[in-house]
Amino acid sequence: MELTTTYKDGRLDLTFYGELDHHAAREAVQKIGQAIDSYLPRDCVMDFASLSFMDSSGIAVVLGTHKRMVEVGGRAWVVNVPRQPMKVLTASGIYRIVEIAEAV
Amino acid sequence: MNARNYIKLEFPSKSINEGFARSTVACFAAQLDPTLEELGDIKTAVSEAVTNATVHAYPDTIGKIMLRAKLTADNGIEIVVRDTGAGIPDIDKARAPMFTTGGEERSGMGFTIMESFMDTLRIRSVAGRGTTVTMRKKISMRIGKP
Repeated sequence: MELTTTYKDGRLDLTFYGELDHHAAREAVQKIGQAIDSYLPRDCVMDFASLSFMDSSGIAVVLGTHKRMVEVGGRAWVVNVPRQPMKVLTASGIYRIVEIAEAV
Repeated sequence: MNARNYIKLEFPSKSINEGFARSTVACFAAQLDPTLEELGDIKTAVSEAVTNATVHAYPDTIGKIMLRAKLTADNGIEIVVRDTGAGIPDIDKARAPMFTTGGEERSGMGFTIMESFMDTLRIRSVAGRGTTVTMRKKISMRIGKP
């Protein structure tokens, strides 16, 4: 998996590429934590448009990002979720905690 | 006699093998002509089972993970993921959503996902001896399928 971070005007964009599993999650959690700590953004947008696969490790990444953003007084949400990742997010009930936009 | 097709894999519990395992089973399952959604379900469930074995069965060592997949008579697939690691002390607790003994990159949703994405899920575990997870899923027959 690849993850890019872009910051502009109080907004941190996290763009995910490829497959987000346990193998990829540890590094993603670290990278996201570092980005939030250094920019202290107001908004954090997780873009899943290019995420081809996600398992329950992705739930932990989304939830962890949300918690970290709440800690710094901001908020996080997920956009452009393809079908397979959406099914995993739906099964987890995480949409009750973190805002998820409609599937592309 | 028409012997049913099957595969057997064995690999060390390195997290890099999670992707290999789910992709291999997905390739094998493709002969049942599943929909993209069914294929995604199988891939996800295998990823969860193999991740569990990697993280929980062998927390401080690298052990062996055995995976078997076979076609079943009802146009379905049976997948068995077995380890000889730590075992699960309390299976009911482990199956409960959001319960995890893992770190911050774990969600505690592994068994919940396996349960909701597959038709059946059976877990047999003996503390100190290992865990066997057996999952089955029937693939729908589509109109126009040869």
